[in-house]
Amino acid sequence: MVRMIGNFDIAEEVVQDSLLAALETWPVQGVPANPAAWLMTTARRRAIDLLRRDQRYAEKVALLERSFMPNDPPEADDRLRLIFTCCHPALAQEAQVALTLRAVAGFTTQEIAAAFLISETTMAQRIVRAKRKIVEANIPYRVPEGDQLVPRVDAVLAVLYLMFNEGYLSRGNQPGMRRDLAEDALWLGRLLARLLPDQAEVLGLLVLMQLNLARSRARFDASGEIVLLADQDRSLWDQAAIADGIDLLHRAATMHSTGAYQIQAAIAAVHAEAHTWVETDWEQIVLLYDALLRISDTPVIRLNRAVALSHITGPQAALGEVNDLAISLGGYHLFHATRAELLDDLGEVTLAREARLKALELCQNPAERSLLQRKLRQVGG
Amino acid sequence: MKYVLLFGGTMEPEERDQNPAMAAAYERINQWFDEYGRKGKIVGGHELKGPHTATTVRFNDGKPMVVDGPFIEAKEVIGGYAEVEVADLDEALEIAKTWPGQTSVEVRPIVEH
Repeated sequence: MVRMIGNFDIAEEVVQDSLLAALETWPVQGVPANPAAWLMTTARRRAIDLLRRDQRYAEKVALLERSFMPNDPPEADDRLRLIFTCCHPALAQEAQVALTLRAVAGFTTQEIAAAFLISETTMAQRIVRAKRKIVEANIPYRVPEGDQLVPRVDAVLAVLYLMFNEGYLSRGNQPGMRRDLAEDALWLGRLLARLLPDQAEVLGLLVLMQLNLARSRARFDASGEIVLLADQDRSLWDQAAIADGIDLLHRAATMHSTGAYQIQAAIAAVHAEAHTWVETDWEQIVLLYDALLRISDTPVIRLNRAVALSHITGPQAALGEVNDLAISLGGYHLFHATRAELLDDLGEVTLAREARLKALELCQNPAERSLLQRKLRQVGG
Repeated sequence: MKYVLLFGGTMEPEERDQNPAMAAAYERINQWFDEYGRKGKIVGGHELKGPHTATTVRFNDGKPMVVDGPFIEAKEVIGGYAEVEVADLDEALEIAKTWPGQTSVEVRPIVEH
């Protein structure tokens, strides 16, 4: 380990952490088939976390990540079993997320508590309770097989997507974006895609996360303010990640098993492929939203479709569709923010201001609040 | 490992005799018990009489007190139970998912001493 990392302090810390993790995990899940490999994997994973925070070790991070790449069946199987156990539907979803972050992604309880804005004690209890249920109810430590696999994969994907969204734009009173959580979700998504290469929706979610993160350098300006998609400097987008993501999405499509993640990834791909905002292919985006609605008809998807539609039909028709969602989305800040944008376009200054104030009242994320406040000043209301 | 499947139920066993649709449902339930019984998965179980027949013993400062009614105050009552002998929670859940009674099933591991 020391030889591999070349930094004794970090090597010592990660080995200790891995042993602690083993002490926590093994009594619960049983000693893995290859304990040494398990420890090494955990240590390497932890080392990547620590090194990632230190730019000087960027090259070594790349080296360590490469050492993950070869097909390492025994360790890989253990990680996959661990993911499925952490995301077992017999555990509450909030516990699934917490356990996955703790046991698979190597977050500390304190970090997880901070990410979800609850006290460390509450989070520790949540994790302890989940571990106890795994032991006492005998939740199996294995990858489900046959027709049990797909629904269980869905549960794992839901946890990763929740984790990603929490990091990508957190709901609570945190900086606009906590990259660690989103990037860890992406890392887990890659791991899952490597372990389950023939699951189209695993690829779909991976691409969705990758395409969103590919834009991350353009999403905030130097002072941490949100830059909207229309105003982003597209030269800052990570073109290599975008090209790779689109390739992966084509591979998923050959599996002929369409799902909601693949369609959302395709929408992100249409945006990623537009060289400028005005070149965005809105017709295709609306068609993709129609396909998404056939799989899962939710008010939020309808809202997003209406936004895309406004770029084709103009604000009046789109506003009608958005207003129809008032009952189900009245408590959602983006419903009011969307109405405000459409009302701006229609020159309804007073109504737009009312809608924007309502959005501000419901919004908790500081970066989004700041954006709304900026708009309120701009429109001069 | 042993688990108990607790079946939710709201209908009195007496009512089903007057309801031909329910008679068919109970036939499916009997077949279900027979099937898993033959496989050795269900090792015990019963349907219970309705909640109006329930009597609860509560303990106040260690003193038993007999009161009328079930101890769970809820719309759903426990209509019956089955004891299953399976490898793990997943297998117990797979059996619970095939329950033909159209009511909720709570799966609880039993304490083995």
